[in-house]
Amino acid sequence: MSDMDRRKFLKIAGISALLGMGSWSLFEVVTKEHLEAFVEKYKTPPEAMHAKRWAIVIDLKKLDEKIMHDCIEACNRIHNVPQISNPKEEIKWIWKETFEHAFPGMEHQYMPEEIKEMPVLVLCNHCDSPPCVRVCPTKATFKRKDGIVMMDMHRCIGCRFCMAACPFGARSFNWRDPRPFIKEENKEYPTRMRGVVEKCTLCCERLEVGLPPACVEVSNGAIMYGDLADPNSEIRKLLATRYSIRRKAELGTNPCVYYLL
Amino acid sequence: MYDGGKIVFGLIIFVLIVTLPFTLSIGKDYVKPEPKIDTPEIQKLPEAERKCVESKEFMRTEHMQLLNEWRDEAVRLGKRIYVSSSGKTYTISLQNTCMKCHSNKSEFCDKCHTFAEESPYCWDCHIAPKENTQKEAKL
Repeated sequence: MSDMDRRKFLKIAGISALLGMGSWSLFEVVTKEHLEAFVEKYKTPPEAMHAKRWAIVIDLKKLDEKIMHDCIEACNRIHNVPQISNPKEEIKWIWKETFEHAFPGMEHQYMPEEIKEMPVLVLCNHCDSPPCVRVCPTKATFKRKDGIVMMDMHRCIGCRFCMAACPFGARSFNWRDPRPFIKEENKEYPTRMRGVVEKCTLCCERLEVGLPPACVEVSNGAIMYGDLADPNSEIRKLLATRYSIRRKAELGTNPCVYYLL
Repeated sequence: MYDGGKIVFGLIIFVLIVTLPFTLSIGKDYVKPEPKIDTPEIQKLPEAERKCVESKEFMRTEHMQLLNEWRDEAVRLGKRIYVSSSGKTYTISLQNTCMKCHSNKSEFCDKCHTFAEESPYCWDCHIAPKENTQKEAKL
């Protein structure tokens, strides 16, 4: 012990104390829960499609009555959207609108008749800063990481703040039990109940199994979808080459449904 | 004790009311709810695969927590695959996974829920599988 002076002894003691405490805390931090979390219990399906920012591009030149009818029909059928004739109670996910109603302020007296009377398909714009999400008191509506503005029907309390906040009228309230108004139920998809708000979900349940949104599928190329954040995506190339407009972009919600003129 | 009689009388009434659920069930037979798991879909499965996503005991006591977890993971995070403790994977869906096997809601879910006076709101939105009513089954 003669070759160890006091200074050296303190150094070694200090370092070993630090190491000891360190390893103890490591032992404490890695608990059973951490080990269990390491084995993932929940996974995204391998066939799921991923994007940083999903968006929809609608080619107004290719839209016609039949395509619009098919899109609306397919969406309603797949998502069990009830057909209520009373306009005050109707439920809409995707629907027809005239140009001047879809794009207020963009129309004028002297514009070509064909554009003025051009039918437009409108749906939830899946805004980048969605006002509906800001006002929802229960986080029933939320923005997913891939940009889809989604509804969690389990949490909706039917306060309709989101309906007041949405500048596009994309949300509908179930004033009554929708089930009697569904012609044929799709057994794979739930219905809604009385007292909840619903809207287009960009078919996230289909994207998650590798299928395109229903309206895209039946639109015969008039509706396209893709990743807005990817400069090489199909829709980004379209937006770079053709003139496009968005609904009420001046409100600053940054809608992600683009219309090609 | 002031007003002793009144107090004792009041206490007796209080005890009677509090014990009412017990006294009312005296003489009534306790019928244990027996949810049925003999649906044709389950019968068709080979013996070794006739298992729920987790053990029977776990499902019996924890199915509500598991369903809530499934709901949040699937709807909010888009994680629609569940890896069970045995390592098998299942698609998360009440309507398309659970009820594919348990196609007898009235004989399975409702048996215990009715007994326990539980009325979960699952079926307000989720479509229950179509069941043969007992009349149809007899025919």
